[in-house]
Amino acid sequence: MTMLTIDDVHTYYGDSYILQGVSLELKPGTVVALLGRNGVGKTTLVRSIMGLTPAARGRILFKGADITRMPTWRIARAGIGLVPQGRRVFRSLTVGEHLQVTARGTGGWTLDRIVNLFPNLGSRMRSPGGKLSGGEQQMLAAARALVGNPDLLLMDEPTEGLAPLMVRDLGQAIASLKAAGTSILLVEQQLAFALRHADLVYIMSKGRIVHRCTPAELSADTETKSRYLGV
Amino acid sequence: MNFWAIQTLNGISFGMLLFLLAAGLSLIYGLMKILNLTHGSYYMLGGYVGLAVMRASGSFVLALLAGSAAVAVLGVVMERFFLRRFHLQELPQTMLTFGFLFIFADLALWVWGGNPQTMAKPPLLAGVTALGSLNYPTYRLFIIAAGVVVALMLWWFQDRTRVGAMLRAGVDDEEIARALGINVSLLFSLVFAMGAFLAALGGVLAGPIMGVYPGADFEVLLLGFVVVIIGGLGSLKGALVGGLLVGLLDNFGKVFFPEFALFTIFLPMALILAVRPTGLFGRE
Ligand SMILES: Nc1ncnc2c1ncn2[C@@H]1O[C@H](COP(=O)(O)OP(=O)(O)OP(=O)(O)O)[C@@H](O)[C@H]1O
Ligand SMILES: [Mg+2]
Repeated sequence: MTMLTIDDVHTYYGDSYILQGVSLELKPGTVVALLGRNGVGKTTLVRSIMGLTPAARGRILFKGADITRMPTWRIARAGIGLVPQGRRVFRSLTVGEHLQVTARGTGGWTLDRIVNLFPNLGSRMRSPGGKLSGGEQQMLAAARALVGNPDLLLMDEPTEGLAPLMVRDLGQAIASLKAAGTSILLVEQQLAFALRHADLVYIMSKGRIVHRCTPAELSADTETKSRYLGV
Repeated sequence: MNFWAIQTLNGISFGMLLFLLAAGLSLIYGLMKILNLTHGSYYMLGGYVGLAVMRASGSFVLALLAGSAAVAVLGVVMERFFLRRFHLQELPQTMLTFGFLFIFADLALWVWGGNPQTMAKPPLLAGVTALGSLNYPTYRLFIIAAGVVVALMLWWFQDRTRVGAMLRAGVDDEEIARALGINVSLLFSLVFAMGAFLAALGGVLAGPIMGVYPGADFEVLLLGFVVVIIGGLGSLKGALVGGLLVGLLDNFGKVFFPEFALFTIFLPMALILAVRPTGLFGRE
């Protein structure tokens, strides 16, 4: 069975037709990278999966169950964790409170394990989200998704705006998540980062999936890279 | 000396009633971005229901509980069956609460008539209490104490409980709260229940000193808005400080400048807004 199946999804913002028939599959325990230039619809796809901007047509299956029109909070509780673009930590909640309000289920993501994975957070338990550095906020955004013990993690441009050292730390965290068997949909603009962690790569352009390949294939494919990613 | 102490205590006790009203107004706006124009009606209906229960049962405690609980149910019904359909659509929601304001005003007039009514003070609180050389009505001290207790409970709820933290998460970023599995819609109902309950509690508490009368809904709604504008929308601390401030201004205004009573409230409001457009404790 697949972890996530996106089947011919069409999504609109009002009259703007953004996703124009997107299909994608993610197998359990794998990391799938979704690449594409600014504004092609990557975040819109993430929002459609979470039910924040539900698909107008098409189907989204999670572990075989249709979640296309479920309320957002139920989709989250079914086992999808979101690390949103721009981090969006709750500014008035302390780090400890973040981890408290989203903690759910049993799947081994205890507070101890989280602090092990993101050591910086351990010493900032009482700081409000709004007072953290960008890097700490990114770690917190990942940590609060993990304490919900999701089967699938959606990470929307987690490296955006991070210093190189922080990107390295985040890479280590993703590697250990992967080693622990977590499935991840990784939306990225940093090609090298995505290639290092992904098992499979999808490329999006103007609301459609235009290419699917392995990281090794994409590394060698200069034409696709320059055409769709501008590198 | 006694004059100042008495007037100050009068202002504070009225301020506590305004705090009960403004707390819900502020919570509802903070989470749902709804300016609830029905909030003054909750206060008035709480007073009427409390009065009816008081007359039927003779119990003030029962009047407090029944008045507040009945109106809390009303608030939840409004939220679930009407406001929810227009989530984040400011104009339809405001119009809806405006409509309910008139419906409840007419209903109250129809059921309870146009004459002002007063509620008997509970015998235990009917006398005066000696504060040093000062004899002050016990009932007003009771209102102040009730306000302090509610403020402490709300603070504890918001800052020390998991549901309170969820509420703040919903205020900070509603979408992401949902996307992390928080049932924000349930919080909406909870906040409406709490807001309506507190406003109605204020209405019942006000019964013995200010009476219950048609038009009380508009009157306190106006003051409630001044409170949250001064204190800052969405802030409980703002509701408390703003409530006390407006209570004192209103009281001293009526004592010193009876012809310009509203002026003594709106001038300071304008000054505060000029310096801090988001109010004393508002965001940004
Ligand atoms: N709330 C919205 N209302 C209307 N249009 C929107 C909205 N959000 C995004 N769009 C538009 O939808 C298109 C896709 O946006 P989306 O955020 O999905 O792109 P993206 O691939 O995530 O880009 P980026 O890499 O910059 O994050 C863009 O043209 C954008 O302007
Ligand atoms: Mg995006």
